Amino acid sequence: MKRERVPEAALGKAPTGITGFDEITGGGLPRGRSTLVVGGAGSGKTMFGLQFLVNGTRQYNEPGIFVAFEETATRIVANTERLNWQLSKLRRNRLLFIDAQPKLDMVQSGDFDLCGLLAGLALEAGKMQARRIVFDSLDMVLALLPDFAARRREVYRLHDWLARRNMTCIFTLKAASGETSVSTDHPYGFMQFMVDCAVLLNHSVVLGVSQRNIRVQKYRGSRFDEDESPFVISEGGFEVAMMRILGKADAKVTNERVSSGIKRLDTMLGGGYYRSASVLITGYPGTAKTTLGGAFAEAACRRGERTMFVSFDSEGTEVVRNLASVGIRLERYIKNGLLRMVSARTITGSAEMCLVQIKGYAQKHKARCLVIDPVSALSNSGNESTAHGVAERLIDWSKARRITLVCTSLLNELHAQVENKTSLHISTLADTWINLNYLVQAGERNRGMSIIKSRGTAHSNQVRELVLSNDGVTLADIFTAGGEVLMGTMRWEKESAERLANEVGEVARKLKLVTLDAQQAELQVRLKAVQTELVAKQVEKTLLARTTASREAVIVGGRARMRQLRGADAPRRKS
Amino acid sequence: MTRGPVYRFRLFVAADTVNSGQAMANLNSLCRERLAGRHEIEIVDVFREPQRALTEGIRMTPTLLKLAPAPARRIVGTLVDTQRVLETLGLDTDPA
Repeated sequence: MKRERVPEAALGKAPTGITGFDEITGGGLPRGRSTLVVGGAGSGKTMFGLQFLVNGTRQYNEPGIFVAFEETATRIVANTERLNWQLSKLRRNRLLFIDAQPKLDMVQSGDFDLCGLLAGLALEAGKMQARRIVFDSLDMVLALLPDFAARRREVYRLHDWLARRNMTCIFTLKAASGETSVSTDHPYGFMQFMVDCAVLLNHSVVLGVSQRNIRVQKYRGSRFDEDESPFVISEGGFEVAMMRILGKADAKVTNERVSSGIKRLDTMLGGGYYRSASVLITGYPGTAKTTLGGAFAEAACRRGERTMFVSFDSEGTEVVRNLASVGIRLERYIKNGLLRMVSARTITGSAEMCLVQIKGYAQKHKARCLVIDPVSALSNSGNESTAHGVAERLIDWSKARRITLVCTSLLNELHAQVENKTSLHISTLADTWINLNYLVQAGERNRGMSIIKSRGTAHSNQVRELVLSNDGVTLADIFTAGGEVLMGTMRWEKESAERLANEVGEVARKLKLVTLDAQQAELQVRLKAVQTELVAKQVEKTLLARTTASREAVIVGGRARMRQLRGADAPRRKS
Repeated sequence: MTRGPVYRFRLFVAADTVNSGQAMANLNSLCRERLAGRHEIEIVDVFREPQRALTEGIRMTPTLLKLAPAPARRIVGTLVDTQRVLETLGLDTDPA
């Protein structure tokens, strides 16, 4: 029996050059085979196919043919004008459009086939050495065929024709919107068995926000990411969002530190943030999150690093003005081009769109430092489900490009009383997490700052008080008394009270010393007097003893004399 | 028998496919019945002359072009629906 030889090229993959898609499919579409792209109206099918050809001819030297069954070539080219593709610059022998819309004045009578098209295509494909081909909205022409058998026959005719030429092909098909898979009930459901790869495009609107998703439904003989991935159609065309691909080398780590813009915070962090780290600053409204972001931006500009500040909440100019009031001056850096302010008005759409735009602006600006204030804006209504993924990819992306990222995140006072609950759950991803909160005491709100975590850094465990003044931002030690943390005026009061108490104590001590000195002196005087008295007594005692002795002698002498005088008794010997 | 204008047709076919064979047969019988002696048929095989198919914008085969008399017409398919074909060619009112 003859063994069928699989052409070598068929085993390979034809890269689409579409960011993210080649990663999902592990290299692109099956080379020399057919792929089915199914999606509802406006889901981006045409764009996908067209980009496959444009990238093919520009990046991979594989000229392609676009067979347009639905829209005319002129209109398709016009539709891409808002993108930076510049299709008109592509020569005809690199990318050829073939109009194949059923003509309006065409009358149909009976069955037909697509041999006319294939004959023409064969001629053109041979001339330009085409390697890729896209049949856009094949359903348009199939619908004219009288019965199912005829449709099937024509699809297989195309398939055979392609297989013989070893061209990589995309068929696009319309699906009822909202359809998430091509079932066999689909009029062209049989096509999914014929093709080697099937891709579904899904466009839905969640709470008024347009969300686009792409999913590879099947891929013969290849591993692929089976999950739905968000995508956007941006300036550069189709862009599929994807997570970091496993096995790809991690971004180089560095021990370099960059200043946070606040001296004491740098000390607390053991020298500052790490270069290309992602920093999350959380806090309730008004806890000076923006100020911290601004301080970082200013410090970066002072070092001469290109920086971008994305402000979702207010206009860039407002942010600059407001930051100037706390001594953070950014105008000069905007003027000299180091700092780029991007405000919400220039960034619109779904979270995915925002990410694409942020990335685009940052790349254009060649930013080394990036501030996003607040990143929680990404999870506005309609984006809740996707925002987390977007934030993750933002962090991954900035790491890969060695951009130091500072994100602020608003905590909802009602929902996130728990300290560790940020709306995007990105606190686990961030390298450094600084939390700002209010401490309400004695009719005052004061800002407290603490470092919740900082990977790979010894960091202070202390809460500090954040003090904003005209001269800038400083961190004050907080006062702990009796297990209570004091800030603001209470800290000041407590500090003064302690100073006063110290002074009083000092005086009392001195007074006591004087008193003691006096008492000591007095005692010494008394001691002297007593000692003198003692001496006197001793003298007295000696004198007394001497007089007694002499008197006795006198008495004894007197008696003897008397006896002598009397002459009566013999002198008695002393015993 | 009234002599009308000469009908000039060009039929694009794809080699010896069934569709094309049917179209040729249908056209021939139509001409025999309705346009005896006043028709010219040119058969173009798209596989032999693909450039002509491209130039004429032929995507589906068989495709019949009526070149004369004006207006020009284009009919795709096997021409199985005789009434429809006659209407399109402006022959429906022309008595046999």
